Amino acid sequence: MSLVDVASLSPRQIESVLDRAAEMRELGRTTQYAGRTVVPMFFEPSTRTRMSFDLAATNLGAQLLAFDHKTSSATKGETLRDTARTVGAMGPDLLIVRHVSAGAPEAVQKWSGKPVLNAGDGRRAHPTQTLSDLLVIRDRFGDFSGVHVGLVGDIVNSRVARGLLSSFPRLGGRVTAIGPSTFVPRAGGWQMSSTSDFDSIIGELDVVYLLRVQKERGGGLGYPSDGEFHRRFGLNQERSHRLKPDCVIMHPGPINRGVEVSSDVADGPSSVILDQVAAGVPIRMAAIAMTLDGHL
Amino acid sequence: MIVISGAKALTTRGWLEADVAIEDAKITHVGVAPDGEHSRIDGTGMILGPAFVDLHTHLREPGESWKEDIETGTAAAARGGYAAVVAMPNTDPAIDRGEVVDRVVARASAVGQVAVALAGALTSGRAGEEMSRLDEMYDRGVRIFTDDGDSVGNAGLLRRIMTYLKDRGDVVVAQHAEDPALSAGGHLNEGMASQTLGVLGIPASAETSVIARDLELVADVGIHYHVQHLSTARGVELVRQAKQAGLPVTAEVTPHHLTLTDADIRELDTNLKMYPPLRTPSDRAALVAGLSDGTIDAIATDHAPHAESEKDVPFEEAPRGVTGLETAFPLGLAALSGDLDAVFERMSITPARISGLSRHGRPIEVGAPANLVLVDPLRKWKVGSFASRAANSPFAGWELEGEVMATIVEGKLVYGDGA
Repeated sequence: MSLVDVASLSPRQIESVLDRAAEMRELGRTTQYAGRTVVPMFFEPSTRTRMSFDLAATNLGAQLLAFDHKTSSATKGETLRDTARTVGAMGPDLLIVRHVSAGAPEAVQKWSGKPVLNAGDGRRAHPTQTLSDLLVIRDRFGDFSGVHVGLVGDIVNSRVARGLLSSFPRLGGRVTAIGPSTFVPRAGGWQMSSTSDFDSIIGELDVVYLLRVQKERGGGLGYPSDGEFHRRFGLNQERSHRLKPDCVIMHPGPINRGVEVSSDVADGPSSVILDQVAAGVPIRMAAIAMTLDGHL
Repeated sequence: MIVISGAKALTTRGWLEADVAIEDAKITHVGVAPDGEHSRIDGTGMILGPAFVDLHTHLREPGESWKEDIETGTAAAARGGYAAVVAMPNTDPAIDRGEVVDRVVARASAVGQVAVALAGALTSGRAGEEMSRLDEMYDRGVRIFTDDGDSVGNAGLLRRIMTYLKDRGDVVVAQHAEDPALSAGGHLNEGMASQTLGVLGIPASAETSVIARDLELVADVGIHYHVQHLSTARGVELVRQAKQAGLPVTAEVTPHHLTLTDADIRELDTNLKMYPPLRTPSDRAALVAGLSDGTIDAIATDHAPHAESEKDVPFEEAPRGVTGLETAFPLGLAALSGDLDAVFERMSITPARISGLSRHGRPIEVGAPANLVLVDPLRKWKVGSFASRAANSPFAGWELEGEVMATIVEGKLVYGDGA
């Protein structure tokens, strides 16, 4: 039992994780999972996700067994397969894997024989981030039906965008991809609309989800300069006046202030960016608990 | 003497049900075999034709024999019905000078089960910076030149090499068409599959922009240019237009690009990772159409063995390439809708002509070299074990229709009952 991608969860399973997270949020702490061993295996740096998982495991009473990528044998050239087999042989109950390559969590699951929670694999998936986002949206709007999310910025390179695209329409919501064509998926298949004219659609959105821009291959960016990106797609005070009154602003962090969002808007009343961070802990408690219980 | 009896044979006089007798590496009888003690192969209900010739094989020698070596790679070729393969030069060291050619040729004559022709690198060390030792290799019989694995990106250098090689009338400049500025970081076709699987894609233009540029150089210089492992509909169209314009261009396609598409990559199975990547269903349809109308001249396997431990890693970290020699015949047969004339044309006669292997790809006649394959086009078999050292086939576990029953190289049975 593992959680690697929300794309493989049914709407009902997604709702059940959100329900469990809401319970966890009420509960705060428990000793129900005392004696269970959780090993975060982070093969690339992450502070916030790692802290959130550590806190979630601690809140469940589980034992955390630190795996430090930098001091492990992985830096001595040990393959991921051998590392996974070695850690698996120690008999932990759950592995939490972050890796730069898509599919690494399933590979670790196969080699270790242990349940795995994906904490982010390359461009592909970051399911607990997506579930946290969904919890924040559900908290705000009650349910997902008819809620219109505008994903703004570097959609094509973003696992956060991919997570919402692969779940939100199935939950009854709507997604519009907003960005220059260099950032918007060209192939059909996603249930979404797209536009490169942010201002034409800004007044229709219930959620403005701003994405971090990533460096493109070849070293260049998908736009000429930060200033030009900000003028077309940045959410600043002036543009935010056209938002619906109850529209919320989301961002997976870390924020590039002055690029995708201006500081005053990021810290303003419509921003739920810190709510997303807060939701991460009960979501990860739910994900750990349900994986340990064999419900995911 | 070996006698193959009862098979329908592709002869210079067309298809004939005839006994074919072989002695001293030559075909000695077509029709009724002489009486006497013979080693007999019962070909009743089967098809006998010129053995296949692969324009694109990675034998991994020198330098990477944990993946494959000449002995295992040519055993895989024999099992696939091939009597000759063209070994690619992306070895370590690269086949880029006479001395390396000599080493590989010596190994091939010692342990090779089938004929091994070499492709030489176009540039020194395949680094794309200066000419390789073209004359040294030509003098040792090399007729196909390519930096396979990488494109020659520098148009000035490529034009100079084409112009230099043009003095030799019988050489082929072959190109692995891939602009790294468009493909870097990509691991499968850019499209819905790359989006849904969350892996950076490789656009079709990574291939087609190189082909389009090269065709302008061919129009300028006028030398036989061969497009390796064509994968896109647009690429097929470029080759079609070039041929219509009378340019000396040929092209090959792999069995996997004729069979699979990016829609088949539902999970990140590294045995579906290769360059060029599996493209869309409409690209595949264009490849099949191009093969049957002759725009694409040959099926070539791009047999690219890798060790299990190299492929058993996350998709983005896995090396590119899949094996292909042992499954090519049934897949080619299916792509050509069971047309056996077309199979021998595209897998034997034309690739032998392109590679200048005059002992191969010849319809059966008395006096011709005995390089033959016996196939049962209706026989079903399950892809399981491999003669190759490697098992990185996307078709493992598939049931395929059409099986190679025997392969004869220069009169010697190298694969089949009694080999």
